[in-house]
Amino acid sequence: MKHHNCAKDCQGSCGCECGLCCTQIKNFGVIRGGNEILRDVNLHIHCGDLTAIIGPNGAGKSTLLKAILGDVPHTGELLFLDAKNEGTIKPSVGYVPQKLDLDASSPTSVLDLFAAAHTKRPIWFNYPKKIHERVRESLARTQGEHLINKRLGALSGGELQRVLLALSLDPIPHLLLLDEPVSGIDQKGLELFYKTVSILRENYDLSIILVSHDLNLVAEYANRVAFINNKTIECCGTPQEVFSNEKVIQTFGLDWSKRYLRDEKDRVANAHMV
Amino acid sequence: MHIWYSLVDLLLPYEWAQHEFMKNALLGVLLVTPIFGLLGTMIVNNKMAFFSDSLGHSALTGIAIGVIVGKIFPLLGVQPIWSMLCFSVLITIAILIVKEANTASTDTIIGVFSSTAMALGIVILSRNGGFTKYSVYLIGDLLSISSSDLLTLGIVVVVVIVLWAVIFNQLLLASINQSLASSRGVNVRLYEYLFAMIMAVIVTISIQWVGILIISSLLILPAASSRNIAKNMRQYHVYSVLIALISGVSGLILSYFWGTATGATIVLISAVFFAATFMMKIRIS
Repeated sequence: MKHHNCAKDCQGSCGCECGLCCTQIKNFGVIRGGNEILRDVNLHIHCGDLTAIIGPNGAGKSTLLKAILGDVPHTGELLFLDAKNEGTIKPSVGYVPQKLDLDASSPTSVLDLFAAAHTKRPIWFNYPKKIHERVRESLARTQGEHLINKRLGALSGGELQRVLLALSLDPIPHLLLLDEPVSGIDQKGLELFYKTVSILRENYDLSIILVSHDLNLVAEYANRVAFINNKTIECCGTPQEVFSNEKVIQTFGLDWSKRYLRDEKDRVANAHMV
Repeated sequence: MHIWYSLVDLLLPYEWAQHEFMKNALLGVLLVTPIFGLLGTMIVNNKMAFFSDSLGHSALTGIAIGVIVGKIFPLLGVQPIWSMLCFSVLITIAILIVKEANTASTDTIIGVFSSTAMALGIVILSRNGGFTKYSVYLIGDLLSISSSDLLTLGIVVVVVIVLWAVIFNQLLLASINQSLASSRGVNVRLYEYLFAMIMAVIVTISIQWVGILIISSLLILPAASSRNIAKNMRQYHVYSVLIALISGVSGLILSYFWGTATGATIVLISAVFFAATFMMKIRIS
């Protein structure tokens, strides 16, 4: 039953054959200061899915992530069904924020960040003995072991994102929310980040929701795309489907879409040749 | 108290340490400056310098209310300190609530409350031209600290240290990124309120000895100096507490010989520390 509903909501495009656990966002709405920011948002995400959320600036992409976190009050439900579809539990959520509120000169090291998140003992007093080992293991998942004693403010945009990703994966959450920075990360760093996320997704069978601004990378790495516009999800499906949708083309410009579809044809043609 | 007095006599056989008021003041400094150093780190981290300043200003209205209550119900014998505490806690809550409504930037909101509380205090206290007798609160008088004051101070210090140990990690996480903290189960609002309350209590308790005009400098300077040279949270706290302690004790001694106001002398020495660490920072980078 659940699978049928799921397929319908996602406009017949989302494969539910995995038959595993499933995160459902049902009828989410957000109102802040009397203004409606989101309404009727429905999303179904399965383990191993990387769902990219795209949309124009100010469409409410980051707000949706914060609503899922429970940081912004919202209407609607968040359900997490385990593998057997038996009963629901509150999913544990990992979150990688767009940026930090801290200013760059703050003497907060990467180790401080992890220790504050993992231990009860005040870190101005001392660090527990085992924490070094644990933090190094966490950072290793995102190739960031060497960053452990650096200050957060001294990290490059790409390094900071990898550190935050490592933190969000300790412990491994049911659902991972990534809010990609608008700027501050070079193209190479961004690609490395997407590659790391893809590997993690396969290794840990994670459900991932990613707010993204780089459509090329979305096309390459996401297996589902949700387009937010006019306060709700206007279109949801595979990258091919969403990027050929008229509204999406209007928003991001015809040129980009044409180029994408042409590249896609080339890719298919190349695949045939091989 | 006797133990402390004989300890001072034993360890500090100097002329300045013979007086009872100096012994009291020394104990007061040793109790309160480490707390300033400790709390200051988070105040600077969260860019709340202006907030601590406004708490100091609101104390003036607290004093005024205490005076009025004292006049109306002389039998109650209300000490100004209690009305000051109540008022600063109230104004803290008010600032946080208005801040959450998100109608203006935080520093504007704090500015509005701070200046209103200050003006209200001055208007009440200056009625019939009697403001001069309250001017001691502006500069503070550390040498007037009594044994019973020290007891109150000691209790507050212990409570603050325990609370600080319990809430610090969550508070740090919330200051790094609010949503990140929520994702890890931290009730950001609760910790924000607790922190503001702790600040309000410690500022209000110490205002009569340190003075409204310089209280926030004492909170900010040690942490700001430490920030110049610290590389992680541990160093940040250790340096900050050390700088606060050293400036406190040396400021007390110097003010005795110079015949100057103690609080201000302490602040000046902290400022020297800031200049020195700033130079170190520039030389490193």
